[in-house]
Amino acid sequence: MADIIKKATRESYGEALAALGDKYENLYVLDADLAAATKTGIFKKKFPERFFDCGIAEANMMGVAAGLATTGKIPFASTFAMFAAGRAFEIVRNSIGYPHLNVKIGATHAGISVGEDGATHQCNEDIALMRTIPGMTIINPADDVEAKAAVEAAILHNGPVYMRFGRLAVPVFNDPATYKFELGKGIKLRDGKDIAIIATGLMVSEAIEAAKVLEAEGISATVINIHTIKPIDAEIIVNAAKATGLVLTVEEHSIIGGLGSAVSDVLSAELPTKVIKIGVNDEFGHSGPAVDLLKQFGLCADNIVKTAKAAVASK
Amino acid sequence: MDATIKKQLEITACKVRLGIIEGVFNAKSGHPGGSLSIADVLTYLYFAKMNVYPDKPDEPSRDRFVLSKGHTAPALYSTLAQKGFFPEEELKSLRHIGALLQGHPCITIPGVDMSSGSLGQGISAACGMALSAKISNDTYKVYTILGDGEIEEGQVWEAAMFAAHYKLDNLVAIVDNNGLQIDGKISDVMSPYPIKEKFEAFGWHAIEIDAHDFDAIDNAFNEAEKISGQPVVIIQKSVKGKGVSFMENQVGWHGTAPNAEQYAQAVSELNAKLKELEG
Repeated sequence: MADIIKKATRESYGEALAALGDKYENLYVLDADLAAATKTGIFKKKFPERFFDCGIAEANMMGVAAGLATTGKIPFASTFAMFAAGRAFEIVRNSIGYPHLNVKIGATHAGISVGEDGATHQCNEDIALMRTIPGMTIINPADDVEAKAAVEAAILHNGPVYMRFGRLAVPVFNDPATYKFELGKGIKLRDGKDIAIIATGLMVSEAIEAAKVLEAEGISATVINIHTIKPIDAEIIVNAAKATGLVLTVEEHSIIGGLGSAVSDVLSAELPTKVIKIGVNDEFGHSGPAVDLLKQFGLCADNIVKTAKAAVASK
Repeated sequence: MDATIKKQLEITACKVRLGIIEGVFNAKSGHPGGSLSIADVLTYLYFAKMNVYPDKPDEPSRDRFVLSKGHTAPALYSTLAQKGFFPEEELKSLRHIGALLQGHPCITIPGVDMSSGSLGQGISAACGMALSAKISNDTYKVYTILGDGEIEEGQVWEAAMFAAHYKLDNLVAIVDNNGLQIDGKISDVMSPYPIKEKFEAFGWHAIEIDAHDFDAIDNAFNEAEKISGQPVVIIQKSVKGKGVSFMENQVGWHGTAPNAEQYAQAVSELNAKLKELEG
């Protein structure tokens, strides 16, 4: 497996903006003094006249983005997830969501994989917060290929979009030659009959690894990548539940309000099925190397295997 | 200012005030005090200053207006109705279920350029509009009205920093300094004073005027147009509840609707004023 390329989706975000800047002349980028970290600096270097630093003032940045959008420009407002969805929540709700403006929010450094910076910067609540805003589209890409495709899909979608990117380099498992991003459509990566593992973001590659291990141990698992958390692909979820009768959701986000909740919402209404959630439990993160933290919090293939085996055994 | 034009603006402002009372009375809720205090400046903007097109409310070249102190929507709606963006009749269903006119400004209403009402947010959107014009070399201007209590919100100062940093001289903010907020006098609740010096320290050109004198208003906006390289704030000293005797300078009329008797008296006072002006 030495040839697996790893890349952080925040890098993909910055590169995609710079690459798409020529094609979409209406694209503008705002940042809140984090261009070096969110990687919008890549865009800034290529298109300095279309990049506006708002300073450490995320609330105002979201409002400025809203104002730009009223005039037909497509602003990408970029900062860490903690400040985009957390600090600026009410501005995103009232100045972007309520008027349904065409603002794209690029939220990087999501989840506990922020690592050493610790709990203050590890945003495990953003998906939950953004899901409650009517008309908000939420995309949580799994790798470099998907992240870049998501940025273009966000441009082509008319309406507010929240995009979640990570700091940690993660495996690039999608093939850019064949990958196709469809907003609101989940992707079935593996077909199984014993359990459906539904994952999002950087947990998708862990779910794929886990399914391989499970197969060797005689458990056949479906693996679904949900990159668009809202609007969610109810059909693929219901079909997977129908085929397996057991669902395991995996996300680098609080188990409250994220993918697990969204999947449960679909299934409780359409096909009541047991749903087990792997995610960050109702607790704050803490400092440490990202990979070690992910393991400690059970956000890894090993824990997916363990949890899936126990769930299948008690079926 | 030309005396005929001034007289006409005073007449229109009186009609705007009547519309405010009509809207708030029929809604049985809303914010008459701060609506009445901005009736004159709104009348000036829509009838003497801004390029707007009631038959083409979304015309890209239009001047923009954001009511950052969104709770005073009755004043904006009444002005837009006078200007012909929608029938005056709509004011009677303000805040009703299914009505066009929402409790706070909503972007889907003809003539409303931005949803607002959560204080401190409108000025940021106005900055975005002004920045957009700078980027594209558009000549439209952006106006926004803030409350004096509203400027207690931290976001206002983030926006103030932004506007000066990007030299948004196509942006004019008006601070409606009526001196009162829900819990009392702004100087008692949480003093934002000195307002002029604060904006100046943030890099703005600041002008102080009497909010109810059209000559002063006209002079201020003409001065604003001559300022280059920095945003302009017009701090207008106003009377909350202006034009209705029993509402003037009374904090209790911040967010209370008149009863039938009070409504009749307010309408009678404003009609008398209108008659006197139209004499």
